[in-house]
Amino acid sequence: MAIVAFTPNLQRHVPSPTVTAPGATVREVLERVFVDNPRLRGYVVDEQGALRKHMAVFVDGQQLVDRAAQSDAVGPSSEIYVMQALSGG
Amino acid sequence: MSTDAPLLVSTRKGLFEVRGRGAAARIARAHFVGDNVTLAIVDRRDGAWYVVLDHGHFGVKLHRSDDGGATFTEIAVPAYPPKPDGFVDKDMWGKDREWALKGIWALAPALDAPGALWAGTLPGGLFRSDDRGATWTLCEALWHHPTRVKWNGGGADHAAIHSICVDPRDPRCVVVAVSSGGVWRTRDAGASWTPHTVGMKAGYVPPEQAEWPENQDPHCVVQSPSDPTVFWCQHHMGIWRSTDDLASWTQIVVEPTSFGFPVAVHPREPATAWFVPAHSDQKRTLIDGKVMVNRTRDGGQTFTALRAGLPQEHAYDLVFRHALDVAADGDQLAFGSSTGNLWVTDDQGDRWHQVAGHLPPIYAVRYG
Repeated sequence: MAIVAFTPNLQRHVPSPTVTAPGATVREVLERVFVDNPRLRGYVVDEQGALRKHMAVFVDGQQLVDRAAQSDAVGPSSEIYVMQALSGG
Repeated sequence: MSTDAPLLVSTRKGLFEVRGRGAAARIARAHFVGDNVTLAIVDRRDGAWYVVLDHGHFGVKLHRSDDGGATFTEIAVPAYPPKPDGFVDKDMWGKDREWALKGIWALAPALDAPGALWAGTLPGGLFRSDDRGATWTLCEALWHHPTRVKWNGGGADHAAIHSICVDPRDPRCVVVAVSSGGVWRTRDAGASWTPHTVGMKAGYVPPEQAEWPENQDPHCVVQSPSDPTVFWCQHHMGIWRSTDDLASWTQIVVEPTSFGFPVAVHPREPATAWFVPAHSDQKRTLIDGKVMVNRTRDGGQTFTALRAGLPQEHAYDLVFRHALDVAADGDQLAFGSSTGNLWVTDDQGDRWHQVAGHLPPIYAVRYG
């Protein structure tokens, strides 16, 4: 089960507490999170499932490589941080 | 307009609700303070407020209030379908155009059904909701019109539908205007579309392309409610008017400039319209630092420069395309500027009153 934490800046718009979720890729983990928190989806990814332009995701300290499909691998005890980039906004 | 209808002022840092008229107009409440509010309207049929937020990092969102601004509920936003494999759709920089919502630049009640709405979006999709924003459907016929892929950014990096005119004679007849992509009309609630730009000319393309419909950059288009055969357009190249139900457009030249973004038409006098001019395409500020509104009462043959109550030195306000509106009574108007000034009138512009001078940049003003 990966741990998924979200930027505090999101909390004002949609409650998004730190959660654990299963999955072999970032996409799989996020999809599981969105099942329980459906309104969160549109704040993190666009309607095609791509990570929003000015969002940043880190997996065990490494920045996400596949922003379009989030196919980056996730380990059984990975830590995923969904942050906002300093660009944009 | 009912007597308690608000004026909604959308700004870079919040939504401001103005109550009262003329010199008595005041900001009564602020909503979404700190958030980027790009447009807000009142559906006069049921009183619902629809508010567009652009959170930047977190995307574009829509909220609705069913209790006059006391509470808001987030509702769905229009969603683009996946781009079909092999479909060639490049933007003006030659990059693949993302089929994803980049902004909502127009909202209008769809008058053929209760609770129905039209939404004009970036990068150029027109959407319809039949359930007060719970779900949205892309108008496929316009999105797949062969010229749509040639639409480009005008006021933004993406092509944008910014004006929606629902015909008072037949609500299935709808006109939309696109920066930059021309003026289009459906007579069958969106099933088919035809361009209506005869007479318009663009100066920012090679001469042989100057009259192509998709090259026209209307900044704002309004339809006369009292004579729906009359349309006014503030175009990138100046002012145009149609008096033959969009069969053709005639250019109107105003000295010293016809450049600007918004236009408003009187609800009962089709020959009366207001414009807020800017210096020029090259200098997007005021002439000589003076704020003024141009009003015509004779269909554009003559214009009166309205300056009473407006600053006449060292003002550098720009008024965006949605930042001018006329109320249903035809006497009240409001406009707001890029530097956070908000002015209203209750005598059709003979005298203006400053409501606020330190608001965030104002994107839109709309009377309820």
